Amino acid sequence: MKINNVILRTVTKLVFFIILTLAVYLFFAGHNSPGGGFSGGLVLASALVLLFIVFDIETIQKGLPIDFKLVAAFGALLSVGTGFGALVFGENFLTQAFDYFNIPFFGKTELTTVTIFEGGVALVVVGVVVTILLSISEDE
Amino acid sequence: MNNIIVMPMMLPVLIGIILFFLRPYIKAQRVLSLLTLLANIGISVYVLQQIQQNGIMRLDFGGWEPPFGILFVADSFSILLVLTASIVAAACLIYSFSSVEPSFEKNFYYSFVLFLIAGVNGSFLTGDIFNLYVCFEIMLLASYVLIAFGGRKGQLRESIKYVIINVVSSWIFLVAIAYLYGVIGTLNMAHISERIAEVGQTPTLTVISVVLLTVFGLKAGLFLYFWLPGSYSTPITPVAALFGALLTKVGIYAMFRVFTLMFYHEQQITHTLIGIMAALTLIGGSIGAVAYKDLRLVASYNVVIAVGFILVGLAVATPAAIEGSIYYLIHDIIIKALLFLLVGIMIAVSGQTKMDDISGLIKNHPLLGWLFFLTTLSLAGIPPLSGFIGKVLIGEGAVGAGAYVLLALAFISSIFVLYSLMRIFLTSFWGETIISQDEEVPVRKGWLVSTCILAVGTIALGLGAEPMAIYIQDAAETLLNPQIYIDAVLGSN
Repeated sequence: MKINNVILRTVTKLVFFIILTLAVYLFFAGHNSPGGGFSGGLVLASALVLLFIVFDIETIQKGLPIDFKLVAAFGALLSVGTGFGALVFGENFLTQAFDYFNIPFFGKTELTTVTIFEGGVALVVVGVVVTILLSISEDE
Repeated sequence: MNNIIVMPMMLPVLIGIILFFLRPYIKAQRVLSLLTLLANIGISVYVLQQIQQNGIMRLDFGGWEPPFGILFVADSFSILLVLTASIVAAACLIYSFSSVEPSFEKNFYYSFVLFLIAGVNGSFLTGDIFNLYVCFEIMLLASYVLIAFGGRKGQLRESIKYVIINVVSSWIFLVAIAYLYGVIGTLNMAHISERIAEVGQTPTLTVISVVLLTVFGLKAGLFLYFWLPGSYSTPITPVAALFGALLTKVGIYAMFRVFTLMFYHEQQITHTLIGIMAALTLIGGSIGAVAYKDLRLVASYNVVIAVGFILVGLAVATPAAIEGSIYYLIHDIIIKALLFLLVGIMIAVSGQTKMDDISGLIKNHPLLGWLFFLTTLSLAGIPPLSGFIGKVLIGEGAVGAGAYVLLALAFISSIFVLYSLMRIFLTSFWGETIISQDEEVPVRKGWLVSTCILAVGTIALGLGAEPMAIYIQDAAETLLNPQIYIDAVLGSN
């Protein structure tokens, strides 16, 4: 059954990017204030879920041919990897490092390994949420 | 800095994740997961030696010192359990190679087995009670997936019960931790112990300890075992063996840790309660073990009896009894895995689950029959097999503490264990061979290899009781003197 949902589709195309921006903002805000990989990842996943609901699953999977189980696994690998990374430098497991760098345009910027860890968390959340929703939708 | 003690947990996690990318390559998955467990065995042997030389080892995650950060603590007790768990898991994995359907293997079976092991090892090693909860959850989440592998009707029914029971008990666990944090203001187990010793174990704290006892009772099947036989008898054989061998033992470990390290001041309340629960568990488990004819249910009720038996040691809490409990805990991990695997082979060979429908197996499968007989003897505690020394020490402890009722129940339950298994041996292995050799499913080599590894384990543990005694005594000493553990955790590096 085809539902006439032009308004929903048009709004979604616009709102999708706003949600993505919010996700990125939340992700980086998490370093020193509320936010972080988990909430950023959830918002990002909600943007994807919106696409899946408004358009149908086949269309989105054609445009975004990703196995979300592997996204989750890659995220977990990234997070666990930062823990193991500390071992290479002879530090305690999960030790995180940070330093300040002068990057053109951004100026003095703090770069940390926690961001990689949080990025992993975000990918796990995206992968798991989308996988759950897709597997529920497979049931007829 | 002892990064090596995080490996028993993190190595399986890392490899488990990597296996997700190797989904189509079953061979590679098998090899990698077996290598991981072998590495774990090596690591735990090494760490065990290190502990004997340099005392308890600890690792502060990310360099955050206790009591502020999360940490792993490895004492003899936890490493002995990690070692045993790794050996048993490796045996179950070898069994899986020749019994698990390829469709399961492609659906991340090995990843989830590794995550289960990671959760179990993490629970044994952690030094932070909230982290204990997290490791429990890792273990349980993996077990939720593993119990449903197969998707038969009975499995779905039992796994829903299993999930609900465990979600509820995890919630109670969380509430208990919240209470404890509200009263004591710390989550580091050594720090909790120190503070409880300072303020005294007030009635509030005793109540919290009883809440924790309820949680661990549910997880370990101490008195609150009503969910256990059903859930443990439905999954596929290697998973049932892992569950029967490891999952309840984590609950038992947590009980030992909590009631020897933190809440040891009001023994006439907490330990009496444990004693009563252990007695009821022994009675209920014994009745269950002789009441059913389904092989898997008999095996599951034997798990229940063992839980009661081990907790008798904690209830009387004399040095001999604690040592006995540790022996028996290690013995029981090995022997329960062996029992579940053997029962699984019997069911696979004959295609029947009730003992009356199976007869005369020994004619075509002599090795299987004698392995089962060996398991029966070991479980009943016949020397020189591994069950003997644990039973003697727990009995000695119970006599020393004057707990004659518990003593009597513990040894009567051993007779029930012997009876329930001898009944299987007599009806299913002896008698007329009703099934012809062409009709049965042939026994695969991997099945016998894995069971033989475990059988060698139980013989070695029995004969090697003397060399093992050094480690067991060290483990018992740490449990009985919380100060050793506290100094190792809160002392400077």
